[in-house]
Amino acid sequence: MAFNSPAERQRPLSPNMQIYRPQLTSALSIVNRLTGILLSIAAIGLVIWLVAGAAGPQAYAIVKAAIASWTGQVILFAFTFAFFLHLFGGIRHLVWDTVHGFELRTIYMSGWTVVAASVVMTVVAWVASFCLGR
Amino acid sequence: MIIKSSSQVSRNHLFKRFPIPANFGMTKESKIGRGKSWPAPAGATRTKTFEIYRYEPDSGRGPHMDTFEVDLDDCGPMVLDALIWIKNKIDSTLTFRRSCREGVCGSCAMNMDGTNWLACTRFISDMESPARIYPLANMKIIKDLVPDQTHVFAQYAAIEPWLQSRTPTPERERLQSVEERGQIDGYYECILCFCCTSGCPSHWWNGNRFLGPAVLLQAWRWLTDSRDEAKEERLDKLEDPFRLYRCHTILNCTRTCPKGLNPGKAIAQIKKMMIERQS
Repeated sequence: MAFNSPAERQRPLSPNMQIYRPQLTSALSIVNRLTGILLSIAAIGLVIWLVAGAAGPQAYAIVKAAIASWTGQVILFAFTFAFFLHLFGGIRHLVWDTVHGFELRTIYMSGWTVVAASVVMTVVAWVASFCLGR
Repeated sequence: MIIKSSSQVSRNHLFKRFPIPANFGMTKESKIGRGKSWPAPAGATRTKTFEIYRYEPDSGRGPHMDTFEVDLDDCGPMVLDALIWIKNKIDSTLTFRRSCREGVCGSCAMNMDGTNWLACTRFISDMESPARIYPLANMKIIKDLVPDQTHVFAQYAAIEPWLQSRTPTPERERLQSVEERGQIDGYYECILCFCCTSGCPSHWWNGNRFLGPAVLLQAWRWLTDSRDEAKEERLDKLEDPFRLYRCHTILNCTRTCPKGLNPGKAIAQIKKMMIERQS
């Protein structure tokens, strides 16, 4: 194909992600990917927590202290937010798979709903855990 | 901010572009340098600054951004008018495609202030200062704002965009009911400007194998045409991890379509049809 001739290979490629305007559409797509990666890491953390619990009180105390520390709490908070973003984002994708919600207005409404619901649910989950923990 | 139609120009944004270095990941010949700055025309009172991507293959120089001052009192209201004004009054070497100047031909598709649209239907007053103009994103550049569309048109040809039938040719036209005709509304209007394909991140990363939104919208236009009798063959050709399924429903396509069409929905319908024929 002419596309691969040496003369044309030297042609510059016009910029793409370097110049394209971030939009809710692309931003939420990236966020869905990043939170997916983050949650895979969180799953390892979950396993460490469970294994420590099975290993005995000493090991569990170490992990519990790590989680209760400042950094541990911040990371756990980030994981919670990532969980809800990925969950609601996933539901949005499932709805799309049924060919619903493709009007541009609906795309933006559902997108902002995902963001708002994730913020609210993260706060609700933390408030609930503090109240129940006491 | 809720966007109700693709023609709406977004004014609220945290970032004008993704927070990455300007020439991030670009090959040597694609890196964009700084170009020439032309002075404002003498006597102009109302001017607008345009930064425009330039590339001249014979110069041995890489792409760069030139800066122009356009006299708004001497120029029409659209971005295409500004480009023509620059070509007439300042730099006659500025190269771009244009034809109909009314959003029907799709020739002047380019990237303006970070999104793809037609230069003839974008108001200068809707542009930021300075207004930044690049060619359609992720295309091999022939010169200035003229991209090589050989590849995307080859992808278009790959879906065989013509009526295919096995039944004998009837004496008269192949008739459709009003409802059947309605099935291709919102799809047959595509002008193949490739704004959507050029704005699709999946096509940026896998453009050699993923067909992209414009071509897949055309594929759906034939799949949903009641007169076409090659549905199975068409679906067979699309059933591929890359050709169809590299679409991750990002929907930059639907956001950017200058004709207000919905490539994202067309692709979702193909995916659904693919599932339904299995059951």
